Amino acid sequence: MAEVAVINQRWWSGGKSPFNLEYGKLMMWYFLMSDAFTFGAFLISYGSIRFATNAWPDPNHVFASFPLMGAHHLPLLFVSLMTFILIMSSVTMVLAVGAGHAHDRAGVIKWMFWTILGGLAFLSCQAWEWTHLYSEGAWWGRNPFPNYDGTKATTNFTNFFFTITGFHGFHVFSGVIINIVMLCMAWNGTFERKGHYLMIEKAGLYWHFVDLVWVFVFTCFYLF
Amino acid sequence: MANFENQSHAAHAEAGHALDTKAIWRTFWILLVITCLELIVGMFIAPRFPHHVKIWFNILYIIFTGAKAFYIIAEFMHLRHEIKNMIMTIAIPALLFVWFIAAFLWEGNSFKNLRNTLDPHKREGQQYIPPPAEPNGEEHLK
Repeated sequence: MAEVAVINQRWWSGGKSPFNLEYGKLMMWYFLMSDAFTFGAFLISYGSIRFATNAWPDPNHVFASFPLMGAHHLPLLFVSLMTFILIMSSVTMVLAVGAGHAHDRAGVIKWMFWTILGGLAFLSCQAWEWTHLYSEGAWWGRNPFPNYDGTKATTNFTNFFFTITGFHGFHVFSGVIINIVMLCMAWNGTFERKGHYLMIEKAGLYWHFVDLVWVFVFTCFYLF
Repeated sequence: MANFENQSHAAHAEAGHALDTKAIWRTFWILLVITCLELIVGMFIAPRFPHHVKIWFNILYIIFTGAKAFYIIAEFMHLRHEIKNMIMTIAIPALLFVWFIAAFLWEGNSFKNLRNTLDPHKREGQQYIPPPAEPNGEEHLK
């Protein structure tokens, strides 16, 4: 315990970061905290509206379609594919960060490429899902799905669904753009000249955060 | 600033931040297994139970979600391997969510109960009971 106290004194005695983290990475963490509170506000307002409502549509009926599978009732299968794609792209992102630690430029390029591909695949899935729901009559202000007990639902369900998945999708989109910029910089050898791949780590933090938010969106909309 | 960055980076390299590929894949499998469990429960098990026990399934989903969030933050975002100061500067503000969630869900529930008790004519769901069984059959909605 005494040892810990000595170390703590050293951390806060000035001259170095008390968080033992590079400035940009620390600021990325704080940005992600603020973003977490934005998403938190969205999801908590969704939750409080849902708690204030007597009945709600059943996700097993709403999200039951899979591309090219027609009228088969396949609840939650498509969204699980989307979840898998996003987790997978998170893994390739960690591998890109790891390659950056090892100053392996080719590795960074390879894993960033796969991460971008995963992000694009996720966005395509989301585009298909939105199009499909739109074709079923769902949009902001329109909700064709009845509540689980057969009564008519309010439009709160679709409004929250499109707003929150849209906001998350926009984050994925900006993440893909950031990753493309990182790929170009790695390709040009910018990080080699800088002597470190810290930018990849910052982009990685953002990308994992997008994955993290999806975990919560998935639970709130598709399981509850 | 650049000097600071380099210093900090040097400290990183010293601390042995070499990537543990095995730990990454282990985290991946944990996340995948939890997601599959959630799906199995959501698709096959929960629909067999009456609606009023759904709260227990929701608690289960919350536990699963918390576990997934922990692994993403701790391993993928590497927070578990940072020093304690760093972990606390993220974890303590995040604790505010506990209060946010409890307070707002409590509020929503109270609003529903008050409206159901004091204003029974405005109950959504009773106001708009749809006509039974349409002849041209929009069956796919059910």
